[in-house]
Amino acid sequence: MSENIHIKVKDREGNLHELEAPTDMNLNLMEVLKAHELPVEGTCGGMALCASCHCYVISDHDLNDPSDDEEDMLDQAFFVEDNSRLSCQIKIKESLDGLDVELAPV
Amino acid sequence: MIKTDILIIGAGPCGLFTVFEAGLLKLNCHLVDVLPAPGGQLTEIYPKKPIYDIPGYPSVLAGELVDNLMEQIAPFKPGFTLGEKADSLKKTGDKEFTLTTDKGTVIKAPVIAIAGGLGVFTPRKPPLEGLEKFEDNGVDYMVKDPEKYRDKNILIAGGGDSALDWTIELASVAKKISLVHRRSSFRGALDSVDKVMELAKAGKIDLLTEAQAVQLNGSENLESVTIKHKEKGAIDIPVDFFIPLFGLTPKLGPIAEWGLNIERSAVEVNTEDYSTNVPGIYAIGDINTYKGKLKLILCGFHEGTMMVQSAFKYIYPDQKLSFKYTTVTGVEGFTNE
Repeated sequence: MSENIHIKVKDREGNLHELEAPTDMNLNLMEVLKAHELPVEGTCGGMALCASCHCYVISDHDLNDPSDDEEDMLDQAFFVEDNSRLSCQIKIKESLDGLDVELAPV
Repeated sequence: MIKTDILIIGAGPCGLFTVFEAGLLKLNCHLVDVLPAPGGQLTEIYPKKPIYDIPGYPSVLAGELVDNLMEQIAPFKPGFTLGEKADSLKKTGDKEFTLTTDKGTVIKAPVIAIAGGLGVFTPRKPPLEGLEKFEDNGVDYMVKDPEKYRDKNILIAGGGDSALDWTIELASVAKKISLVHRRSSFRGALDSVDKVMELAKAGKIDLLTEAQAVQLNGSENLESVTIKHKEKGAIDIPVDFFIPLFGLTPKLGPIAEWGLNIERSAVEVNTEDYSTNVPGIYAIGDINTYKGKLKLILCGFHEGTMMVQSAFKYIYPDQKLSFKYTTVTGVEGFTNE
């Protein structure tokens, strides 16, 4: 069995959460946030078709560049910054241990 | 005034299939949906996405599934009130509910089936201070009549098809039109993008990319919008109208006011028949919640099927219901009086 990774999340009230996520379940970050009952809607279920799981990536982990679909959906989000991502498009893998993200305002 | 047996709120897949199952019991249905076309999320969010977990279909496009459902329920002649939001619901008699839409359409039925999915699709509003104050005083979320904007200064925000299409359409009507978008590329249809670029080159529109609207200014009416450009900083644009076009997002909406038990934006139901705490009102599909709930289309189909059996007994407590398979008599055997 592979190791779990640790993820730091700052919610919209500024509270910090330390989450643990398995890397062998093909999860994305949105699913992990929802599983920990953080206030992320994930309306479209992870297809990059809504913008309700918008977050900022604080740490400098090497992530895949956002796809055109993701960029297109970020156009419909607000408070978009250079480090904005849709958390459903971030695959949970071992190299993301220590990932630090912040939930974007809604 | 419209009268029906089951008034279905929400014309998504679950609401549509419920018409079929109700039809087998000779119950008529009328559907209300805020969107202009049936299909709910499938039509609005992902019409071109394949769905792989509809029994009997290894893969079906969401839009095709909606077309098929429409064909499947056609023999039962459901009524539709589309483009109107179910607004107020009142109990107006013994086994009579009266629903009024935001456009004043009145529908009466003994049974209400809420199949509202994630809620009412409403325009996504940018988080700008004073936005609500300027609604109807300079801020519009949709273009209803282009003539309203004749010889006016307009700022459109957004990067999708509706932002591009309305920029093109209003370019010949408005005095001056500016389009503000956070990136330099657009996600809309290619020929719309080309057209907007041409209009910008010809000086017919002001294209402001890598910029976002950050502030609305004005006393009574909107007077200007401040945008923040990535390099140039804050720019003040005098406008008569600001039209933010950022797509639609579902909100629970008026359902929350109908006296139903609600937990986390979902309606609590009894899994025996998907009834709510109010007799005569049922909730099916993504809008309901119960122990073990899965938000799947196929589960919504099941819930609608179970629900109409209970609805029949509620409407006709003295009649005996005999269950028949469609394979025995075909759908015609159910539609013929």
